[in-house]
Amino acid sequence: MGISKIWVYGETTAAGATAGTLELLTKARTLADSVEVIMAGDASAVAGELGAHGATAVYTIGDLAGALPGGRVATAIAGAMEAGNGPDVLLAATSYDGRDVAGRLSAKVDRPVLTNVIDLVADGDRLLGSTPVFGGSTDVVTGFTDAGLAIFLVRPKSFTAEESGGAPAAVSEINVGELGDTDAAVVKDRFVEEMSGPKLDEAAVVVSGDRGLGEADNYEMIETLAKLVRGAPGASRAVVDAGWVPYSYQVGQTGKVVKPTVYIACGISGATQHLVGMKGSANIVAINKDEEAPIFGIADLGIVGDVHKVLPKLIEALQARG
Amino acid sequence: MNVVVCVKQIPDPADTGSLDPVTKTLKRDVKLILDESDSYGVEMGLQLVDAAGSGEVTLVSMAPNAEVGGIRTALAMGAESAVLVSDEALAGSDALSTAKVLAAAIARSEPDLILTATESSDGYTGTVPVQIAELMGLPAVTFGKEIEVADGVATVRRQTEAGYDQVECPLPAVVSVTAGVVEPRYPSFKGIMAAKNKTVIELDLAGLGIDPATVGWAGARQEITTIAEAPVREAGEVIVDEGDAHERILAFLDDLKVL
Repeated sequence: MGISKIWVYGETTAAGATAGTLELLTKARTLADSVEVIMAGDASAVAGELGAHGATAVYTIGDLAGALPGGRVATAIAGAMEAGNGPDVLLAATSYDGRDVAGRLSAKVDRPVLTNVIDLVADGDRLLGSTPVFGGSTDVVTGFTDAGLAIFLVRPKSFTAEESGGAPAAVSEINVGELGDTDAAVVKDRFVEEMSGPKLDEAAVVVSGDRGLGEADNYEMIETLAKLVRGAPGASRAVVDAGWVPYSYQVGQTGKVVKPTVYIACGISGATQHLVGMKGSANIVAINKDEEAPIFGIADLGIVGDVHKVLPKLIEALQARG
Repeated sequence: MNVVVCVKQIPDPADTGSLDPVTKTLKRDVKLILDESDSYGVEMGLQLVDAAGSGEVTLVSMAPNAEVGGIRTALAMGAESAVLVSDEALAGSDALSTAKVLAAAIARSEPDLILTATESSDGYTGTVPVQIAELMGLPAVTFGKEIEVADGVATVRRQTEAGYDQVECPLPAVVSVTAGVVEPRYPSFKGIMAAKNKTVIELDLAGLGIDPATVGWAGARQEITTIAEAPVREAGEVIVDEGDAHERILAFLDDLKVL
């Protein structure tokens, strides 16, 4: 008994496989006899890295040539299932493309998806997923009740990526053919927005702001402070909803999960929606003028004070250090 | 241009939710409001119809009971009419069941464009938009920051980790819209009054030709095995700023050697 084959949807950047992909491989190899990767693009460039984290094989659908990956990767998986070579479990990270793959596949093969999973547990020959609810105060463990492909969308940072010392994964291609209308969207251009510091979900320090800053211009204080501590700026949902910063800055239940060494919450009251995204931080500093703010219940250092007074002094002191 | 906007009515996020001890799902016996995440899609739809010079925005929603409070909010913003699929058999529906129902309801009107939020504020699975697209055989662009439509093609700025992709997509298509990209209008008094007389077509599963066994509890094919309290994080030191709190923060960061 046990889970025989897990496929991980592999995502890459110019720098290699994403952290989310390697985290999933690390966990998957403890759960199944065989772990393989399905991806788009140049698999040979990452076969070493994927193998070192536990994948024995990697299947690529080849160059996307501007197409979005969701439909094509889902078609490749559905095709493998039909041919009897498919996985028992598909794991994808909760990313922009990971959700597209899981959603397309789910509808294509009529299988439900377990989303926002933060832990995976083997239960005989099935896999269970743990999901945080109510701001992370409660964990709900869910499993599928019937046989068939089990699809899980797992939040990045749920596991720590570790090498297994495995050999490079064997690369092979899957040809998905023409998909018609569902494949009609084409990427015409890619724009990279200048980010001077580390990425939000990889930074050792995250500085986050909320609507308590007052107006959009005051968010600059968050960016300045983030830069001074070589960290990344983040934001509450309210700040994103107000249009001050794009969705990619959002920390929380809807948004990113971050686990930095230090999370500095500026004017963030600690709505449950936000806590889910940052309560796994190693250390939390909170500045809020409301001493009753829930954020103080989880902060290691809580400052009852006005962000408009504390932040400028903190920025000035850091600048003075040079 | 005719636009369908999928909207969800959810319990007010300001109210703390709880799980029903028997069914192990969110208690939904509270008053429902329009999910704020959906207000961006409604606004985007209204702006696109305005820009096209003709057409209308139709709302499509699903609820186990016939609740319409949140739908009236979106009608008051300017949507022309709404379709609400209500059926007791929909209780316990997961994302795929929801997508099956919405896709069937949307297909009745053959719209040019289907807009959704990226995810609901209460379920936040984020898979429904793509599931709808796949079930309807349509292309989809998720995480749209900006949409322009010309000559039957939508040009969408799609959020990425590094910035955004400029994506072109022939219509009809499904586009999910991130929050904060447009400023949702407040319903005017006139809009609120007009909304009371706008058509809300109520359909059940039989009316859509959907087998109740494929949706709701029966369709979810999932079971909750355990519910447990997550580990609690302890509070640390809390001090009141006397003008020198920044020094405490600096010392804290120094101790952690992150500077």
